[in-house]
Parts: sequence; C-alpha cells; structure tokens
Amino acid sequence: MSNAVTRGLTADQVQVGQQLPTLEQDVTATTVVLGALASRDWRPMHHDKDFAINRNGVANIFINTPNNAAWFERYITDWTGPRGRLGRMKFKMSSSVFPGDRMVMSGVVKSVDTDESGCCWLELDVAVSVEGVVSTSCLARIAIPENDEDNPWSRKADRWQP
Amino acid sequence: MSDPIPDIPAEVQALVGVIQYEERSTFPIEMGYVYNTCAAVQNGNPLYWDAAVAEELTGGQIAPPTMMSVWFRPHYWAPGAEGEQKALQAHFDLKELLDLPEAIIAGNELVFGEPVRPGDVLTTHQIVRSISDVKTTKVGTGRFWVIDVECHNQKGEFVGKDTYSCLGYRRPKS
Repeated sequence: MSNAVTRGLTADQVQVGQQLPTLEQDVTATTVVLGALASRDWRPMHHDKDFAINRNGVANIFINTPNNAAWFERYITDWTGPRGRLGRMKFKMSSSVFPGDRMVMSGVVKSVDTDESGCCWLELDVAVSVEGVVSTSCLARIAIPENDEDNPWSRKADRWQP
Repeated sequence: MSDPIPDIPAEVQALVGVIQYEERSTFPIEMGYVYNTCAAVQNGNPLYWDAAVAEELTGGQIAPPTMMSVWFRPHYWAPGAEGEQKALQAHFDLKELLDLPEAIIAGNELVFGEPVRPGDVLTTHQIVRSISDVKTTKVGTGRFWVIDVECHNQKGEFVGKDTYSCLGYRRPKS
C-alpha cells in the first residue's frame, strides 16, 4: 500500500487542534442546480428562484442538504486522501447558501483515538461559512490509516464501528 | 398570530417507533450519478475516478458514502404514478397530519456502514423516532420531529442510517 496516488494522511501526521486547509468556492445558480440534480432532489426551492422567494420566503434558490454533505465529504477527503473513510457526520444547519455567496470551508481536529479493533478515528469540527457567519456546521468522524500498510476500507463487521 | 396548534392526534403518536415505507431502490446503483455528484462538488478523489485505485483500496468501484439518500429519491415522474413523488414520505405525512404546511430540515446525521457498489440493490425503511411539544422559532410555530431512514444492501448488510431532525411550522400571519 505505498502507491503515491493512494498514499494520504496517516495517524502520526495528525494532532488535536490541527487546522484543515480552508477551501473557498464561489456559488452560482449552476452550483446549486448541479448539486440538486446530482442528488435527485427535484424540489423547486433548489432550482426555481420564483418559488424560493415567493413560497419559501428566502432570498434565492439554495444548496440542498445532500449536496451540502457532498461538499463536506469532498473537503474532508481532499485532506485525508482516498484511504480516509467517513464513519459518521452530524450537521447543524443555521442558514442557507445562495448564488452569489462565497462559501468558505474550514475545519479543526477535535480528537484522535484508536478503537479496540485498532482503527484510528479522527473527530473533526468542520463548517461552511459565508461572510464569516457559519451556515452549516458538521461534526465528522473519519477513519484514517494507522500507517502506510493500513487501509480503513478493508474493515468490516466488528472491525468497523462508526 | 397563527391559529393554535392542535394536540398530537393519537393515530399520529402511534406512528412513533413503527417501521414505515419499506422500499427498494428503483434502479441498481450506477456510476453515472457518482460522476454527477463528484462533478457537482469538484471531488477529485481517485477512489471514484480511477478504477485501479478503487480496486486497490476497496476491491472495486464504490459510491461516495454521502450519496446514501440519493438512491432512494423517486423519479420526478414515472408511468402510473400520480401526484408529486417525494422522498422521506414520513416527513410529508407528518406535515399533513399535524396541519403544519411549511417545513425545514434543521439537522441531519449520517452513519456509514458497508460501501455502496455499482449493481447493488438497496432496501430502506423510515421510522419516526419522536415528535416534540409545540415550539416557537424565528420562522414560525410548530413541532420538531426526528425520522430515521435505515438502509441495507442485497446481502442484508447495514449500509447506513440517515437521521433527519425536521421542523414543521406555520408562518406567522402578517
């Protein structure tokens, strides 16, 4: 398991308090609609501006929940590399992300632990913010390899405790 | 002020903890939606784009874990289907049964088990876990409820659970 493409973060490279590199993304109507349709979410507030404004009473169409999760997944695994395996994500939505917003993703390592099966787990506090205000926060639990020989994706049954 | 929110009817309270809407994904898992999802968020993880990497790490191609709910959203239209086809039907039922016309998803928790692979056929069911007392929030007055969506693959393996915390409400009369 030493392929340069698949090599990523290992447990010895992570410590509590470590910041994840920020990711900034300008959001357009296309961003919102692409995400909604990719997640098979046909609800009109994610593609119909008139409906969003006049029925939902919000400023515009907005990023849907499953696409929000996909952005978080991308952000986290950009950092861990492909051997990072998500176990759990808990989202708290405070406000929506609209076209014209500049979305800023940030994160910090809250804990690093190894469970009884030898799986290394990170707990991450990650967030999407717009103009310095958190719109969605996410507490994520992700397994990363203990070392270059380990691979969390090989874990099943009792050896996978998300 | 809105009209008073009525008590929770006994038949609605009786739904709490009951397995509802057991269903199978309407098409086998396929990579097209995986690529669409990765493209929508510019996810370049080689696990999803490079079959050799997927083979090395996961024994073959898989879908991103956060796509779990994608596989259960109904087609917008299907032959013989009437009315709007909705995912998370237990949520829309509660909106109607509790006479709360507006709703938002206030929180969501995902737990991931076995990876989902192309060709898999998944089954799911929905369970209403709780319905709150009447609450007044900045968007209106209503109730919170929690719904679990549990998912297994064709081998009976646990694929994941999707828990939604929802607020059904009435907008304040202006």
